[in-house]
Amino acid sequence: MEDELYRENILDHYKHPRNAGRLEHATLSARELNPTCGDSIDLTLKLDACDRVEDVKFEGRGCAVSMASVSLLTERIKGRPLAEVMALGERDILALLGIEVGPMRMKCAMLSLRTLKTALDSKD
Amino acid sequence: MKNLPADILKDFPSLHAMGTRAYLDSAASSLTPAPVLEAMDAYYLECRANVHRGMYRTSGEASERYEQSRAKIARFLNAAPEEIVFTRGATESLNLLAYALCKDFKQGDEVVVTEMEHHANLVPWQQMAARYGFALKAIPVKPDFTLDMDAARALIGPKTKLVSVAHASNVLGTINPVKEIAALARAVGALCVVDAAQSVGHRRVDARGIGCDFLAFSGHKMLGPTGIGVLYGRKALLEAMDPFQFGGDMIREVSLEKSTWNDVPWKFEAGTPNIAGAIGLGAAVDYLEGVGLEAIEAHERALTAYAIGKISSIPGVRVIGPVEGERVGAVAFDLPGMHPHDLVTLLDREGVSVRGGHHCAMPLHEKLGLPGTGRASLHLYNDEKDIDLLAMALAKAKAVMQL
Repeated sequence: MEDELYRENILDHYKHPRNAGRLEHATLSARELNPTCGDSIDLTLKLDACDRVEDVKFEGRGCAVSMASVSLLTERIKGRPLAEVMALGERDILALLGIEVGPMRMKCAMLSLRTLKTALDSKD
Repeated sequence: MKNLPADILKDFPSLHAMGTRAYLDSAASSLTPAPVLEAMDAYYLECRANVHRGMYRTSGEASERYEQSRAKIARFLNAAPEEIVFTRGATESLNLLAYALCKDFKQGDEVVVTEMEHHANLVPWQQMAARYGFALKAIPVKPDFTLDMDAARALIGPKTKLVSVAHASNVLGTINPVKEIAALARAVGALCVVDAAQSVGHRRVDARGIGCDFLAFSGHKMLGPTGIGVLYGRKALLEAMDPFQFGGDMIREVSLEKSTWNDVPWKFEAGTPNIAGAIGLGAAVDYLEGVGLEAIEAHERALTAYAIGKISSIPGVRVIGPVEGERVGAVAFDLPGMHPHDLVTLLDREGVSVRGGHHCAMPLHEKLGLPGTGRASLHLYNDEKDIDLLAMALAKAKAVMQL
């Protein structure tokens, strides 16, 4: 069945999330919630000596949009320099998802970004 | 629709106007019949003045309609008019109680709720517990989705100051034995509060018959407008309580130094009330009585059984709540592999409105081990066609999610 919001790529990331789990010795971490849906993301990142994202993992529960979004985001930032990761914004998330996200689902799509920003803010 | 007039849908113009094929979210908010809208319009067009203040004709007319509405609600609940306080809704009614009553509770005292409470009947008590140092206890929910009454009997004891329970669960649909719980509270000298938001308007609710001290509900869930609700309280208790809010209309005499309070129920209605809302709520009571609470209950009972049968017959779908016995028409369900938000989006595409999430009952979902559920909930305007549409839309949603 063809469906714009629930495209193959989104369902694939939802059902087979990349970088699932939790890093033991994380440099940065954050937990964010979406109270209307009860969704949550726990994000852990490890930076190397040159401030690159050496590794990243997430644990989460949520809808296809929020889980695909965080799965795609972890793929996007792994191995990337911190400065580049810090510059990511809503447009980048929408580009990663590659779908039309209506106003009712923007909160779901952006939970990943919000969690990442909180984690980055925890860096001194 | 054997129990109700065949042409009842014509009373609900919004159904057609919204383009909804099946409105199945009445536990969140019900639709409003035309006579309720007309009664509110009539106030705005015929006697648009404040209540209890003007010494002129239209203000008198507005006051009369406002107080007539209170009297109708009193009859509807088997109470006296002075026992009916207009509030903004069940949430404000429960907050009023929490603020007015809990300041007399102290360390060592206990307030008892249940694990299936809506946040509106949990958070006010929880926050007052933190403020005044009393303990908050919860009657557990059993695997069959009913309250553990053995645990209730053990929990409600000499330390208990107040027991506050939902008449019907907004998630599970379970009807709780509030009469028995009120008796348990009375036996230990504790106050009993009933959150009747999910039962009023769906069946006859007799406040005196239940034997509780207070009962709270919202207008917008019983075919009334939004922004109006009711707190029923036994007159002697309301009289003994301090006001919750201060201002105009709730006073008797004011000097710069001190004030004395108006009689009940006006003591609890500070400021200009929701006049049109109260009048609309009275019209909703007239409408419900016109159809007949017994007919509505019979209709919803039959349709709930039909819905449970249909929903459970879809492979993978599990109804979360009692599948038989006394219950209301809020039917929650779980579909592993499909998050409630995805479910709601996909059903919405078929014109089916349901709610997904934790339904303002996070502790209950935590206990059930579910991040959220889908929920279809009924009122008198629903019929088998709506349930058939829901079942069709659920099957389609499963296909999209490749389940």
